[in-house]
Amino acid sequence: MSKLLVENVSRVFPPVRGGAPTRALEPTNISIGDNDFVTILGPSGCGKSTLLRLVAGLDTPTTGQILLDRKPVKNPGPDRGMVFQSYTLFPWLTIAENVAFGLREKGVSLRERTDVVRQWLDRVGLTNFAHHYPKQLSGGMQQRTAIARALANDPAILLLDEPFGALDNQTRALMQELLLGIWERERKTVLFVTHDIEEAIFLASRVVVMTARPGRIKADIPIDLGYPRHYTVKTSPEFSAIKARLTEEIRVEAVLAAGGV
Amino acid sequence: MRPLAPISNGSRIVLGILFFILFVAAWAFATFGGYVSKTFLADPVTMLEDGWLLLTKHGFLGDIGITVWRVVGGFMIAALVAVPLGILMGAYKPIEAFLEPFVSFARYLPASAFIPLLILWAGIGELQKLLVIFIGSVFQIILMVAVTVSAVRRDLVEAALTLGAKDSGILARVLIPSSAPDIAEILRLVLGWAWTYVIVAELIGSSSGIGHMIIDSQALLATGQIIFGIIVIGIIGLISDYLFKAVNRHLFPWSLS
Repeated sequence: MSKLLVENVSRVFPPVRGGAPTRALEPTNISIGDNDFVTILGPSGCGKSTLLRLVAGLDTPTTGQILLDRKPVKNPGPDRGMVFQSYTLFPWLTIAENVAFGLREKGVSLRERTDVVRQWLDRVGLTNFAHHYPKQLSGGMQQRTAIARALANDPAILLLDEPFGALDNQTRALMQELLLGIWERERKTVLFVTHDIEEAIFLASRVVVMTARPGRIKADIPIDLGYPRHYTVKTSPEFSAIKARLTEEIRVEAVLAAGGV
Repeated sequence: MRPLAPISNGSRIVLGILFFILFVAAWAFATFGGYVSKTFLADPVTMLEDGWLLLTKHGFLGDIGITVWRVVGGFMIAALVAVPLGILMGAYKPIEAFLEPFVSFARYLPASAFIPLLILWAGIGELQKLLVIFIGSVFQIILMVAVTVSAVRRDLVEAALTLGAKDSGILARVLIPSSAPDIAEILRLVLGWAWTYVIVAELIGSSSGIGHMIIDSQALLATGQIIFGIIVIGIIGLISDYLFKAVNRHLFPWSLS
């Protein structure tokens, strides 16, 4: 049974100053099963973030509909947790208060909130920073907090929009392992947008490749590398074979996106 | 000196005081040296003597008190009205569309030009003084607060939405806390402007306050007293500014750079 169903969803942005309307996303169909970890891979500006925003309910599709647990998505809601590429922790709240934000909006009691927050800070290794403000933390720590904040809400699906895009390579690799570890234990349904091929393969049970704008799905590739997945898998021949294939797929699109070379 | 290079705290204080010393020195040179007639500009020593007389013999402390009370009173009323209105305008676009054109227009009405009208309406009592400050401050605060609130980072609002925040939650737990330090900064700025309005209000139709003392001194050609009054206003402004900054630092530790 599919957890998330994207049916014929497209998005056309209205024209700006008499120009042509922008077709960000061609009619798209995706079905994501319960507990899947799906990465959406595509060149910059291919509409992959648009797709994620549509699923989050932060934007409205021009055509089609999105069903989560067979209920249509209309607005943003706590059943779809989201981690953004930009640092979106609330700067006036401490790390612990940030993680508690969603629970507070739900009206969960302070005691229960404290318990859940403690658990999640422990899982992302930030217990000692509970009472710090976001600006006192590094980018990697802030994104770990953002992941904890989204998951503390216990969403039906976790959406991540290039969450590690602004981090350096080493931090990014550690963050991928942390996220994978959490997913292997929690078995959440995850939709993860990235333009990094290695990241897409390492994390996913399935990689969806998108074309250059207007975006549509070009390939849907299962990743049979098994879990739990160790970082050394990145140097295995199977990994390299998938990477070689995806590199070809993406290169064509990147060339198109760059205006043809 | 290199562009943007920081300096030590000690040299910052020394340099800051140095300008005051140079300023007073130039003033003393111009007056004691006889380059400016005493009729037009008193020398620093005369100014201090006049100031001492004002404080000890003429009850100037009472004038200072009444002026501070007027500024703070009028400003508080303006802030109580303007901050909520500004927040609502910033948060809700229909309210903005409804109020913004009028407020933008009213902002350019000079508060001092209302004084004759306000004297007709409210007499020359305290209410009229408060109204001058209120009119001078309220529209400025509304507009600046509205701009600040509507400029809250969109991604923070979106993050809150995906965490399950409803409209009232967005307003109370994202828009307001996010813009609170800037709103405090706006209030600090407008309080400074309120000081210019109160003096103008006291120059016309008043029997007390710093502005009243200044206009009385003009009739007596007591330039020492006038300058002393002006300096007192500057010092009070400096103190209130410092207090405001200290309170802001204490209230919003997260917004410090």
